[in-house]
Amino acid sequence: MIKEYIIEKGLFSINTILIILSSLMVIFLLNESIPIIQNYGIGDFIFGLTWSPDNNIFGILPMIAGSVIITGLSLVLSIPLAISCAIFLEEIAPSNIKKLFKPIIQTLAGIPSVIYGFFGLTVIVPLIRNNFTGSGFSVITASIILAVMILPTIISVSQDAIKSVPENYKEASFGLGSTHWQVIRNIILPTALPGIVTAIILGIGRAIGETLAVLMLVGNVNIIPTSIFEPARTLTSNIALEMGYATGIHYNALFTTATVLFAMIIILMSICWMIQKRGVGNAC
Amino acid sequence: MKIEVNHFNAGFGNMEILKDINLKIPKHSVTALIGPSGCGKSTFLRSINRMNDLSRDFCCNGDILINSMNIYGDEIDVVDLRKNVGMVFQKANPFPMSIYDNVAYGLRIHGIHDDYEISKVVEKSLKQAALWEEVEDKLFESALNLSGGQQQRLCIARTIAVNPDIILMDEPCSALDPISTLKIEELISELKKDYTIVLVTHNMQQAKRSSDYTAFFLNGEVIESGLTRNIFQNPQEIKTQDYIMGRFG
Repeated sequence: MIKEYIIEKGLFSINTILIILSSLMVIFLLNESIPIIQNYGIGDFIFGLTWSPDNNIFGILPMIAGSVIITGLSLVLSIPLAISCAIFLEEIAPSNIKKLFKPIIQTLAGIPSVIYGFFGLTVIVPLIRNNFTGSGFSVITASIILAVMILPTIISVSQDAIKSVPENYKEASFGLGSTHWQVIRNIILPTALPGIVTAIILGIGRAIGETLAVLMLVGNVNIIPTSIFEPARTLTSNIALEMGYATGIHYNALFTTATVLFAMIIILMSICWMIQKRGVGNAC
Repeated sequence: MKIEVNHFNAGFGNMEILKDINLKIPKHSVTALIGPSGCGKSTFLRSINRMNDLSRDFCCNGDILINSMNIYGDEIDVVDLRKNVGMVFQKANPFPMSIYDNVAYGLRIHGIHDDYEISKVVEKSLKQAALWEEVEDKLFESALNLSGGQQQRLCIARTIAVNPDIILMDEPCSALDPISTLKIEELISELKKDYTIVLVTHNMQQAKRSSDYTAFFLNGEVIESGLTRNIFQNPQEIKTQDYIMGRFG
């Protein structure tokens, strides 16, 4: 009895500590953002075009644009690849290939981002510079590397979604004389869609939050890019670049940047939950 | 003979399931396959439309002839075969779509997109499956809201919509209440006018009531086959006798 009690209370307090910790982080973020919201207004901060800490001008629209464009482009590159890969592994690949691929994909997910950045720096940057225009430090360079980084997340989560499509739907479709491709397109993909959307949103979360690899490749120039070969700056790289020397209101501006990023991720996650809930409702 | 099985052996990997099956199934009749669980009757049924091919380690030899064509021959297109040999599963498995789309599904995958034509076939199939009156005014509601018996009849409608020659039924009533079971049995005797039906069943009464021919499977072999009334009234083999008397299985 006493043992049960200790275990229960122990687990409870660990949970409580975790909840308090994460709440404290959010409170800290918000608290440090207050001076900016009071002095500049959240609207001017978000929609301001100029970021000039020396003159106390703080506008992060170019960085929001940078984050959104780079994330979007990396998704455009990775989604078709990842979903095809998931379909191949679950539906077509013989089991020994599937067994071979699983650890490879997991390893891909485990490589530290600095190594991805380093690879981009030595391979993709010169590739873009020599074959296209610009310095090579550009939106497309960062997007290519980000696309590779989010591939494993999207692949493994969509793979789980495809695996959980009930066998009897597939059998029924085969039984009516469907080709394998018709079963994939008409039964597997629609049924697995909520899971695939979740996979994509997790990928977005990872891409938008990625800092180091992007920082190494994107050029960090604070403009709204007009072409994919131009440099840009993201919300995350802005924080990482300037945190070291920021003081006073500049320091608060970086925290507000983080708050904006946090809000964007919360919105994404809520969309994810909503879609999952709807998906479950449809299946029953 | 609609279906003729000659020296058919089948198994998964190293496990032998069916041993030297020989069976003749006549046109426009209901043939019941009976036998204890694990005797291979479902595997045999799924061999007739090559559903077993979906398992990678399935292997077989011998012939199954449908309309005198060996369906395991090289020139056979499995997709065409499955269109021609429909299947109704043990557990009703309508797609998570509307009733209408469930029946229309097979037509659409076979390249029919004319709405008028599809709606005619949907109505005809639902009528044939004795479901039309019950669902007429909710065709565009989800098929998953139907009762178990209705879902199973919907699956039958879905199967006959693609106009098969043969319908395989794998214990179609095992999850249904007696009244729904009765409806499906009536349906089966109605359908045999147009189709050749092979019915796997655990229910001896069902085999007796609704089939013309019966084959008794035991440990992967056909022990005895013939007219249903002969099998039930005057079985030649002692094992058949034991089974239908309920002495084992």
